[in-house]
Amino acid sequence: MTARPSPHHFVPDLSFVFAQSLSGLTAAMFLFLIASGLSLIFGVLRVLNFAHGTFYMLGAYAAYQIVQWLGTGPVSFWLSALGAALGVALLGGIVERLLFQRLYGKEELYQLLFTYALVLILGDAAKLIWGTQQKSLSRPPGLSGAVTMLGATIPYYNLFIILLGPAIALGFWFALQRTRAGRLIRAAALDRETLGALGVNVNALYTGVFVLGSFLGGLGGALITPMRAIVPGMDTDVIVEAFVVVVIGGLGSFWGTFLGALIYGQVLSFGILFFPRFSIFSIFALMAAVLIVRPWGLLGRPLR
Amino acid sequence: MSLRRIPWAALVFVAALFVPALGTRYYTFLANDVLIWALFATSLNLLVGYTGLVSFGHAAYFGIGAYTTGILMKKAGVSFLLAFPAAGLLAALFALVFGFFCVRLTRIYFAMLTLAFAQIVWAVCFKWNEVTGGEQGMPEIPYPDFGWIDRVAAFVPVLGGYRTAEQFYFLTLVLVAVCLLILRRIVGSPFGRMLATIRENPERAEFIGVNVRRYELAAFVLAGAFAGLAGGLFGIFNRGVFPDFAYWTKSSEVLIMTLLGGMGAFFGPALGAAVLIWLNQQIVSYTEYWPLVLGTILVVLLFVFPGGIAGALALLLRRSRRGVARA
Repeated sequence: MTARPSPHHFVPDLSFVFAQSLSGLTAAMFLFLIASGLSLIFGVLRVLNFAHGTFYMLGAYAAYQIVQWLGTGPVSFWLSALGAALGVALLGGIVERLLFQRLYGKEELYQLLFTYALVLILGDAAKLIWGTQQKSLSRPPGLSGAVTMLGATIPYYNLFIILLGPAIALGFWFALQRTRAGRLIRAAALDRETLGALGVNVNALYTGVFVLGSFLGGLGGALITPMRAIVPGMDTDVIVEAFVVVVIGGLGSFWGTFLGALIYGQVLSFGILFFPRFSIFSIFALMAAVLIVRPWGLLGRPLR
Repeated sequence: MSLRRIPWAALVFVAALFVPALGTRYYTFLANDVLIWALFATSLNLLVGYTGLVSFGHAAYFGIGAYTTGILMKKAGVSFLLAFPAAGLLAALFALVFGFFCVRLTRIYFAMLTLAFAQIVWAVCFKWNEVTGGEQGMPEIPYPDFGWIDRVAAFVPVLGGYRTAEQFYFLTLVLVAVCLLILRRIVGSPFGRMLATIRENPERAEFIGVNVRRYELAAFVLAGAFAGLAGGLFGIFNRGVFPDFAYWTKSSEVLIMTLLGGMGAFFGPALGAAVLIWLNQQIVSYTEYWPLVLGTILVVLLFVFPGGIAGALALLLRRSRRGVARA
């Protein structure tokens, strides 16, 4: 490449590329947090949960609410994030036990529309409780600064998220491979009838998976509060993004979700840079292309 | 006389003709809205109810139709006579291309790919400022030229004296009625029967030598075409075309209408459209929390009346008839 400045092709310097890729990475790790819950629920329950984006939004609102109660102490942010995720997990468990469990074995359309009904109901409930004014939280003390790397300013909080993503991925992977619950989850994803015939309480397993998936969605929402405004409508936007991620990686595939999130983050952050008009378009085009060529995703397995 | 022998569709059509004369301007507006959504929902039912293909991106074709008619009439000054069929044609063309890929996939993957294509359409409408007006949409789509009605009204006084919005209502009524008639013929034809066979048992249909994919694609294109026509009308009715016509929440709205009315009956989705729009305007005068109400209705439907209103009515009718037979 020549260094000659040209009005049509500008050559971004290294620090700029670095900052851009880190911002893409941060977005990717958030999406991974959210999409991993979606993918987990799909992998075991075979249901695409439209309400997952709503759980994410509720996590954000709940975190905001808990910080209001606790005040701004040194640990109040972390307590609120944990509390919000647990609250959303509890809600997920209640919904699954009371309502969702009756729809297993029915047509997919009914399951999809039920999760959409949750989007409508819970989204409006959030509006009733918190209004339509946008809310925000400041970064937790200790992570409010920034570091300069390769000439780019990177907030500590972004670094924390970038490290948290792989940590959760590894922890998850370990739990899936090594623990009894993890083995059961993997078995249920492969063949739930046999698992039930072997005497495993599949219903309890489903509830557990739904609770865990909701926890991840709520945690993603709670942790994003210092970076994005909390507004009504953040649920319907994020769920489509999460769909793109799980579809690219492979529905139900754990590492696929991780890869899908990485691809999404980079495509979006560099797409905005070079083709601002086409960045959203290219994301959905990528999703369609993956579905056409490999419907089960980059790292997924074909469903039988 | 049995309830079934009454020509309900014709009665509703005749009754609808009197809405502008007897009702207020607002009722005409509502009835116009219902007509367009009835066509949109019925076109979706060709896929979901008759062929068993759950599309989560039907709004794409509605949006394409709306933009086609809107752009042609506003920017190119093309007459409605051409701009309206163009909406159906272009939507059908897109449905052919998108559907070609979609019908290769099954169930959840089919739904996801229809969603992806719809989001592509939405993203293009959202960003392509020069053609679609981008995020701001395209306001002030002109009404069709109704000068000919005034000229005819000189000889037939009954036709005179209506406002433009009412004239457009009559136009919508006639066009939607014709479209529904065609759709009715389609689902009653051998082709329609074959779609039902495919829905019930695709493997078996394949086994007796039916090219399942080709039939599914044909249904997809037809459904897209009629959704496009509905969109073309809606852009004019709405006095503007906006990118959210193609957003995924629109696709789920029309799915809810279809389910509410009942997918098992031809006029179920139209009934669903009427009930949902009427309920909406009743409820928004009390509360702004319409989605909350809609979500609750949906939950009740899914758990108590999975057959929708038409299904519940059919059940009621059967019970009452059994009661009469016993007495």
